Amino acid sequence: MSTDTSERSSTEAAAERTDAFDDETAAELAAEIDALREEVADLRDESGDDETSMVIVATKGTLDMAYPPLILASTAAAFGWNVTVFHTFWGLDILHEEKSKNLKLSAVGNPSMPVPNAVAALPGMDSMATRMMNRKIADNGTATIEELIDVSLDQGVDLQACQMTIELMGYDEDDFYDGVTTGVGAATALQRMTDADVQLLV
Amino acid sequence: MSTEYTVTETLDVKGESCPMPVVKTKGAIDDLSEGDVLEVLATDSGSVSDIAGWAEATDSVELLGQEEDADVFKHYVRRTA
Repeated sequence: MSTDTSERSSTEAAAERTDAFDDETAAELAAEIDALREEVADLRDESGDDETSMVIVATKGTLDMAYPPLILASTAAAFGWNVTVFHTFWGLDILHEEKSKNLKLSAVGNPSMPVPNAVAALPGMDSMATRMMNRKIADNGTATIEELIDVSLDQGVDLQACQMTIELMGYDEDDFYDGVTTGVGAATALQRMTDADVQLLV
Repeated sequence: MSTEYTVTETLDVKGESCPMPVVKTKGAIDDLSEGDVLEVLATDSGSVSDIAGWAEATDSVELLGQEEDADVFKHYVRRTA
């Protein structure tokens, strides 16, 4: 009986020690898991993973190069993305109310033109190429640049005009469409790009 | 082919091309309520892939079906929330 008791007690004692060890390890692990969960939640909040975002840098002001950033921006906005288009150098002309209605296509260096470069370089060829393109745009039911700017702004796309280039080109802030963001620079663009899922240079 | 959907609103984007069918579909669906069905009429053949892709990637909308009838692409999109 006494032997039984001592045997039992030593077994129990061993079991208790194991339980104590397990409890301690489990508690430590649980605490660690909680800490990691918190960290993941914080990171998720920081990265704003619930919303996709895109930043496009638009640097060109020819008719053909004005379309891609605006088409992608307005479509991404329709997907519910948070979209910024940072317009710099000739890309600024896309947001310039007057110039945007008169964007040109270059005939020279454009392999899609039906004439050789030597001919394309002649006076009036750029205007002709532009007229041809504008006619195609109208015939195809393709939106105008102005329409794309309107739908982009309507959907909350942030169209930004680089402040340094506004001054470099001698433009006035009033020259741009209503709703265009001015007073921003490369740092703003970079900061948005850091947080963005998609970054494009056009 | 006749449709089996009860259409709440019809959006006509015939003659318009990318990105307008998708952009205007999004605008029209925003104006509807949960359960409503939007019919989109388009002539842009790219709208078939574009509207399907948009519906797939967008929360709270469901593409019910797409049909082609005499060069007009008909898309049926339901607002689910």
